[in-house]
Amino acid sequence: MSLPAELEQARKEIEAIAREYGLDFFPLVFELVSYKQMNQLAAYTGFPIRYPHWRWGMEYERVRKSYTYGLQVIHEMVINNNPCYAYLLSSNTLLEHKIVMAHVCAHSDFFKNNQWFAHTNRKMLDEMANHSVRIQRYIERYGWERVESFIDICLSIEDMIDYHAVHVKRYPPEEEDGEDPEAPVLTVPKLPSKSYLDKWVNPPEFLEELRRIRQRKKQERRKFPSRPEKDLLLFLIQHAPIEEWQRDILAMIREESYYFAPQAMTKILNEGWASFWHSKIMTERVLKDSEVIDYADHHAAVTAAAPGMLNPYKLGLELLRDIKERWDKGRFGKEYEECDDLAMKEAWDKNLGLGMAKLFEVRRVHNDVTFIDTFLTEEFVRKHKLFVYEFNRYTGAYEISSRDFETVKQKLLFLLTNCGHPIIWVMDGNYHNRGELYLWHQHEGIDLRWDFAIETLKNIHSLWKRPVHLETVKSRRKVRLSIYDRDRFQEEVL
Amino acid sequence: MNQQPTNGQKAPAGAGGTDKMVERIERDVARFRDIVKGKIKQNLRKFITNTELIGRQGKTIVSIPVPQIEIPHFTYQWRYVGGVGQGEGEEGEILWFEGQEGEGQRGAGFLPGFHPVEVEITLEELVELLGEELELPRLEPKSYGQMQSEKPRYKSIRRVGPESLRYFKRTFRQALKRQMLSGTYDHENPVIIPIHDDFRYRSFEYEPQPESKAVIFFMMDVSGSMGDEQKEIVRITAFWIDQWIRRHYRGVERRYIVHDAAAREVPEELFYRLRESGGTKISSAYKLCAKFIDEYYPTTEWNIYAFHFSDGDNWEEDDAEAFEVLDEKLLPQVNLFGYGQVHSHWGTGRFLHDLADEFSGDFENLRLTEIRSKDYILDAIRNLLGKQPNSEPFRQRPQSGRA
Repeated sequence: MSLPAELEQARKEIEAIAREYGLDFFPLVFELVSYKQMNQLAAYTGFPIRYPHWRWGMEYERVRKSYTYGLQVIHEMVINNNPCYAYLLSSNTLLEHKIVMAHVCAHSDFFKNNQWFAHTNRKMLDEMANHSVRIQRYIERYGWERVESFIDICLSIEDMIDYHAVHVKRYPPEEEDGEDPEAPVLTVPKLPSKSYLDKWVNPPEFLEELRRIRQRKKQERRKFPSRPEKDLLLFLIQHAPIEEWQRDILAMIREESYYFAPQAMTKILNEGWASFWHSKIMTERVLKDSEVIDYADHHAAVTAAAPGMLNPYKLGLELLRDIKERWDKGRFGKEYEECDDLAMKEAWDKNLGLGMAKLFEVRRVHNDVTFIDTFLTEEFVRKHKLFVYEFNRYTGAYEISSRDFETVKQKLLFLLTNCGHPIIWVMDGNYHNRGELYLWHQHEGIDLRWDFAIETLKNIHSLWKRPVHLETVKSRRKVRLSIYDRDRFQEEVL
Repeated sequence: MNQQPTNGQKAPAGAGGTDKMVERIERDVARFRDIVKGKIKQNLRKFITNTELIGRQGKTIVSIPVPQIEIPHFTYQWRYVGGVGQGEGEEGEILWFEGQEGEGQRGAGFLPGFHPVEVEITLEELVELLGEELELPRLEPKSYGQMQSEKPRYKSIRRVGPESLRYFKRTFRQALKRQMLSGTYDHENPVIIPIHDDFRYRSFEYEPQPESKAVIFFMMDVSGSMGDEQKEIVRITAFWIDQWIRRHYRGVERRYIVHDAAAREVPEELFYRLRESGGTKISSAYKLCAKFIDEYYPTTEWNIYAFHFSDGDNWEEDDAEAFEVLDEKLLPQVNLFGYGQVHSHWGTGRFLHDLADEFSGDFENLRLTEIRSKDYILDAIRNLLGKQPNSEPFRQRPQSGRA
């Protein structure tokens, strides 16, 4: 299904301009879709095929009611794939199509060049179709109720992966060396010696000591994983007593989570990048005079925010523009930072022209956390009037609590760390030496939502089939939540 | 780690594979709505008392938050996280109150799992679910009135008419007949070309359709002992009864009668607001109801449903009269008579038991229930509209016949 001539022409034009500017992206394939189809795609997070599940139905109902076709939403309509598929709303004007195309070029460039995406599967479109087929086969074989219930459980923990492992190999070699952890150590390696010297080179006491050391190491190794693990999904895939088809489904869901992880980690930067480029391409190269006003309206609508609210996508754009200005004018480095003459700082302009190069480097290297950590400045916070707000339990209202730079920055970083998910470690798969699972929540000041915590832990228990424990902090007290079986759970203050 | 190979599975055609997407999403949406309906049924007790719904009409789409559909996962108590905003304002300035969050006010828009699930469902669907969950039997109309509606039935043919009503089969058949008669039909080359005279059109006639009509009498004791809370319970119960009955009849009229020692008709708005201060004579309401039936609602034409709500504290001497009206006038004429007794601190609650003792087993169409509180509304509806006549459980007199 190819694009109508006019759009095809526009596509060629925009892509050529984008490449001229230095954007480097996978081949783009645009498809025209109706409003309804756009909603469906949004529900499916950009992939026309997903495995059957009611979550997509739920998402569709939600999307249908609240949809705004602002550009912040295009993000979900471009998929990280080679070729890169993107969807155009058939009711858009030609001008709007062009804006979207420019935006998409930049997104695709980001997917291709940002290091956090380096190991993502660029044939994910096919992979999603494959997952769907495999799961449908399981549905045919085991019945949709069993499969649906199992997927429900998997989805409960689908975000329990190691976000920082996205750029390393995802299937580490087996940690176990195949030895039976139960069997006592019978033999130890001896030092090489001639037989008549053996009694002195390998005296019995020495051998005995070696054997004891090895036995003890073995006991210690009974505590696994050897290091605390963030990737609970992998841990369960490797060690949970579940059936093969369940293992397969869990692996597929994990696969999908890892695929989307880089996107979740770079939303602000990616969106800022795409907005930066569609803006530059449109205003500098594409817009005819007659179209300028329409464009301005559109742009304003997209980057608007409810009063008091932060449009996270606007944040990315503004920060990138700030970086460009700073690197063009030399407003970085020791000299600049140590200058305490405000007037001088404001007029600082060394004419370095390094801005564009810096932007390309930023898009290659950073994710949202490092982006904010590195480039958010006090001047920026002040200029854009950023503030932190908190809930006041006495008034029942959310109130502005601070405009202090450090506070704002820390709050932003907290919101972005681990994609906003609590950090939970797998500590021990053999707790109490009885095969119980022990998890630890790295508490950073905010408690877990408790009803969900109980339900999620129950879900994990249904996979692990032995008691599971979660250590966390609740109302300032160390607490261990334990699930012993479906109906029996316990909270213990430590 | 066993991972199946992709076995060359390719996304289907339609550049991005969108061609069968509609079917897939519809399957997933259908499954989701099934789950929602299940959840609603499980939580009916709560939804029933949702005052935002009360007073709406049939096709109204209501947006109800459906908890427990969210997939649980480890997440923060977001209330205590707060967020980062942008714009003017002093420290301490209030941005919004909890519960007022709009679309843009969720942490920072790019965060996970912050939205409670709200689904849209029509009031009709909700009432349907109510019926399913409570296993309410379909109401059978007793009478079909003389009021007729006329429906067009496209049963006949004529030679003239609008193109939209052209009957192609007949047209071509006519053309074929003509061509064969005039010899212009060629077996070897069977082409039929209709001419104007061949055209045939569908045509309709009106057929009378008997219509079933219903009237609901809502009667309520508004004497001093019926407080606001009690009236609210009655309002909610009456609303759902009304909705249920509406699903079965095309035209439903409602008459509202309030009484203390005397009865009178009032408009709906006043029904739930009135408070009188006299003693209580239930028979006054029953008599007025019977009078309306006699004057305006002949049973040959109308299906009559009557419901009376009170705290059961009737003037003792009045009982006999009330029972007499019920026995001779109301019960023989109505499809259903329901008595719902709300609990009040000041009332004896005697009437319910006296009613049960008096009529138990005699009339199929008498339904009794207690409505102890909002939580019992669902059960009350089941008792009033459900399958079994149920006066037996209420026969016992209370311990001491006390006030």
